Amino acid sequence: MALIEVENLKKDYLNEDVVTPVLRDVTFSIDHGEFVAIMGPSGSGKSTLMHILSFLDRPTAGIYRFEGKDTKEFSDDFLAKLRNERVGFVFQSFNLLARTSVLDNVKLPLLYGKKKDQDAIARRALESVGLSHRLGFFTNQISGGEKQRVAIARALVCDPAVIFADEPTGNLDSKSGNTVMHILQQLNDAGHTIILVTHETDTARHAKRILRIKDGRVIADEQVVQRTLAHPERELEK
Amino acid sequence: MNLLRTIRLVIRTLLARKGRSFLTILGIVIGVAGVIIIMALGAGAQSLVLGQVTKLGSNLLSIQPGKSNEKGPPAQLFGIVVTTLTNDDARALRDAGQVPHAMAVNALVRGGATVTWRNQTIDTTFVGTDYHYPEVINLSLQTGQFFDQQQGEGNANVAVLGSTVARELFGNSGMNPIGQIVKIQSASDGGIGGVPLRVIGVIAPRGSLFFQDQDDQIYVPLTLGAEQLLGIHYVQTINVKVDSAPFISSTIADVTRVLNERHRIQRPEDEDFTVRNIADAVSILSTITSALSLFLTAMAAISLIVGGIGILNIMLVTVAERTREIGLRKAVGATNAAVRNQFLFEAGILTSLGGMIGILIGILVSFFASILMRALGYDWAFVISGWSVVLAFGVSVFTGLTFGVYPAVKASKLNPIEALRYE
Repeated sequence: MALIEVENLKKDYLNEDVVTPVLRDVTFSIDHGEFVAIMGPSGSGKSTLMHILSFLDRPTAGIYRFEGKDTKEFSDDFLAKLRNERVGFVFQSFNLLARTSVLDNVKLPLLYGKKKDQDAIARRALESVGLSHRLGFFTNQISGGEKQRVAIARALVCDPAVIFADEPTGNLDSKSGNTVMHILQQLNDAGHTIILVTHETDTARHAKRILRIKDGRVIADEQVVQRTLAHPERELEK
Repeated sequence: MNLLRTIRLVIRTLLARKGRSFLTILGIVIGVAGVIIIMALGAGAQSLVLGQVTKLGSNLLSIQPGKSNEKGPPAQLFGIVVTTLTNDDARALRDAGQVPHAMAVNALVRGGATVTWRNQTIDTTFVGTDYHYPEVINLSLQTGQFFDQQQGEGNANVAVLGSTVARELFGNSGMNPIGQIVKIQSASDGGIGGVPLRVIGVIAPRGSLFFQDQDDQIYVPLTLGAEQLLGIHYVQTINVKVDSAPFISSTIADVTRVLNERHRIQRPEDEDFTVRNIADAVSILSTITSALSLFLTAMAAISLIVGGIGILNIMLVTVAERTREIGLRKAVGATNAAVRNQFLFEAGILTSLGGMIGILIGILVSFFASILMRALGYDWAFVISGWSVVLAFGVSVFTGLTFGVYPAVKASKLNPIEALRYE
């Protein structure tokens, strides 16, 4: 059973009686443990696709099966539960809470779940991105690369089936970007499914598979032959 | 998300913005404190008035010359001098056959006076009255005695001092006032020397009554006060003490009948005197103070609503400012209800906090006001009614939640994708 299956997925935006089709007819599937980059120019519909896959939005038509179940009948509250437990998010602009410690940021998704020992779980997640020494720092006291690693720890903390990363290196210098990609690759090696959205070929080549999207259609679905492997930064060892 | 976690989260959010949180609740704080202070002062004023009735004895009738509307001011207030009431009227009222329930009756005149002892001179008030006076208004003596019947009616040159007068005249010398000779001169009389009087007693301190220091007075025999000091042949007031409350109205009727007979008055509208019942006067006063404090409480309650609108305003700003945060919370699994509750709790906790601070300030201010009033000599009680606390707190939390619902619902309905993109 595939983790994610979409068939003839369509999404239209309605704006003052003008219907703008964004996704026209999308069909693909993603298995457990894959590392997929969704690529495409701006306006291609890649972000919309990611929002649908990550339960932030619903398709206009077509079928989206997650872990074998059709998501069409899921209630809003159940989608919230899925976002909480089954998927993690990494955003281009980090989206950390200001005036809040690194540890509390990572604990945020746990607030909406039922897990106990939240502190220990959040500490483990921070350890896996090499930020154990930043627990008590506020988010305005750490670097951009560290912020994105906090965001990855937050995405990880509920042990999701899949992590969505939307242009995770877009706001970072190449060195920090490299570290972030290295962590994502490590997570994938450890068995996490990762879906990356990007418009940069260099970033996409860190993945194992690339889905190219243009004008709301999948135009290519290819395995990466010569995969770029990000090298650990010295920063990480510290 | 469970309740405890929501509350913890909200408290942490509010503490992170202490300045703004404080400004947000300021309106509520002022409103709640206002309600409590006004209700406490109202209750204090009422207890003051009621305390004065007990001091006077509520079974007291006061007869004044001149007809006036029952509940209006006495004729003297308009500068009208009515000379129809005399000491003989007072004597007639002592007739048990005519006025059976008059326990004691006294006549009095009052005026400004300058009192001198050696080189000490003070300005004070004199009361010219007879020996029934202590019984009528529950007076007790510190030392010495009041005039006896002979002294009171015989125009003897004796005086009894209020405690303030005694202290001001004799305090420095440390001498016992009893037996000393003081000289008294009417304030309206520019003449010479004054009348020498032998001090025979000092009244125990009485405090203030209707905002007048009752101890800053000197008591002299009625005829001396009226004829020698004021140069008049009538009295200004006759007090009648009724032996028990149920007979007040029958005694008013008896007094009216006796005086009408003596003054040869046929029709009630021709009456040249007014009988006032102190208890009635006080109940009118209490009605006025209650109405006044009710009105002021309503004003304070309006300020609570204004405070609530302040909360609404700030909560709307907060929701707009935190749009991205709301989007993020939804993205990581917050349900609409969780987001709504977070903001509702924020408003609720802010207003209850404001309510509590307001209650504290209100109680403190009322407490210090009562200390101040007591220092000024009034018998002022510190009364905080549980009702005022419940009312103020209830209204503040209610307004906070009412005005918090709209921003909270607005926040919960945000689309997470748009919220995350919000700049």
